[in-house]
Amino acid sequence: MIAVWVIIGIVVVLLVIFIAIYNRLVGWRNQVKNAWAQIDVQLKRRYDLIPNLMETVKGYMKHERGTMEAVTKARNLAQQMASAGAGERAKAEGELSSALARLLAVVENYPDLKANQNFLALQEELTSTENKISFSRQYYNDSVLKYNNQIQMFPSNTVAGMTGFKAGEFFEVTAEEERKAPKVSFT
Amino acid sequence: MWEQIRSNQTRSVVLVIGMGVILLLIGYLLGVVFFDNALGGLIIAFLVWGVMSLVGYYQGDSILLGMAGARKISHDDHPRLYNIVEEMKIASGLEKVPDIYIIDDPALNAFAVGRSPDKAAVAITSGLLQKLNRDELQGVIGHEISHIKNRDVLLMAITSVLLGTIVILAWYATRFMFLGGMARSRRSSSGGGGQIIILAVAIVLIILAPIMAQLIYFAISRKREYLADASSALYTRYPEGLASALEKIAASTSQLKSANQATAPMYTVNPFRKEGRAASNLTSTHPPISERIRILRAMAGASLADYEQVYQKVHGVGKGVIPATAMALSHPTSLRAAGAEAASEEDKTEKARQTSDLMWRLGNYKTITCECGTKLRVPPSFKGTTVRCPHCGRANPV
Repeated sequence: MIAVWVIIGIVVVLLVIFIAIYNRLVGWRNQVKNAWAQIDVQLKRRYDLIPNLMETVKGYMKHERGTMEAVTKARNLAQQMASAGAGERAKAEGELSSALARLLAVVENYPDLKANQNFLALQEELTSTENKISFSRQYYNDSVLKYNNQIQMFPSNTVAGMTGFKAGEFFEVTAEEERKAPKVSFT
Repeated sequence: MWEQIRSNQTRSVVLVIGMGVILLLIGYLLGVVFFDNALGGLIIAFLVWGVMSLVGYYQGDSILLGMAGARKISHDDHPRLYNIVEEMKIASGLEKVPDIYIIDDPALNAFAVGRSPDKAAVAITSGLLQKLNRDELQGVIGHEISHIKNRDVLLMAITSVLLGTIVILAWYATRFMFLGGMARSRRSSSGGGGQIIILAVAIVLIILAPIMAQLIYFAISRKREYLADASSALYTRYPEGLASALEKIAASTSQLKSANQATAPMYTVNPFRKEGRAASNLTSTHPPISERIRILRAMAGASLADYEQVYQKVHGVGKGVIPATAMALSHPTSLRAAGAEAASEEDKTEKARQTSDLMWRLGNYKTITCECGTKLRVPPSFKGTTVRCPHCGRANPV
């Protein structure tokens, strides 16, 4: 009789532990989802800001058609990739970031533009949006790291395996050309 | 992973309990000296503490902001400041953007209030807004946001209420002793020498209690400052920003008009710091600025572990400042490059102009630009319909 009670007791304890771990995993997964939503908000904000920027810049930058078109193209491409996975999307957004950086770098050559209040306000919003993107990416990647650790570590990995928790994908932004090592030729 | 910092506040909790013990002690002594009954004194101490806690919990923020003369701003008042706060909110993973207040004061300082992250606010002086570039401002805001994130604000509120209660009780106790002491000692003279000794000890303890409580208060506050610096470096990935902001703050000579002893630990740097004088270790609410700068500048990466490493180099191995649970989750993070902002002269005047425009606007002044280029500031109490430009004599409609 005692043996039966002991077994029941052990089962109940295991069940309680199982539920506790499961709930904690759900909490972490939600944090990852929430962090992803944060990135999404900022990326959308950037899509919205770019047309305004182009409209303001158009009148001043007569000789930068190529740079401007690159930004518009990168923006549209990134927007098309919006429903893709974290990895692919990060790549498209990285391209957009570098195209924008190139555009904002040539602004230095246009003093009139730099004095335009509208442009200055837009520049602040764009700079801040870029920062917010990288800060939300930081937070997202930290959340993913924490969540993935739990999925892989004992004992939570058993619970995760049984209930189908999948590892999160990191959002690594490095434009393709930045990632390539510079070619050095010895000729 | 930063909420882990919260779960390891054992040392702070022990210190708070220490202050609580001092409060009990002073209540007990009050009872012995004035009522011949320890319980009476304890009840009075508890009542005073209870009332102050309730007021502090529900009204503390508005009292503090009101005392500092802080004004709330929105995104359009100062987009850059608002954006920076929002950036740090995202980096720290806070759920809500704290309210943002500006204090019209040329001194360089900032503080955070709020009993919970949902009801938090950060306040910075207009001087700071004017003198710092984007990266530096980000470092300072990161420091304040981490006070909110780490729940330091609540901890400091609890301890400052305890301290306030102890100070008030001790103050009244000594006053009453001088006024009513004669009658009391005549009555007790029949009680024998033993009671007089107890009385003397009690008086000494009542005088010492606020000093002891203050030392504990300072110890708690200093530790949280290091932690907030470490978190700010982690959020911004750029410790140099905070370091150079601290350098500017250290170099400025103006003292904050609106700070007082109780609110001092809320600020980024000690508002009562005297120029050219290193505060002694025990009686300072903040660690020496030069040391904070040195640690930030020596960081090899942006993680909490990097900060801990440098801190131990300065203070000796084993005297860490980052809780072990937070250290265990710390992973290598690299530093980022400086922001693109050039600190040209032209930029500085522009920033000064923006800040002063903002302060006038927050004071409900109307700004009219006359045709001759003169800017006229019309106070809210002005009732007329036109105002004459003192420069060219044109009449401008209000």
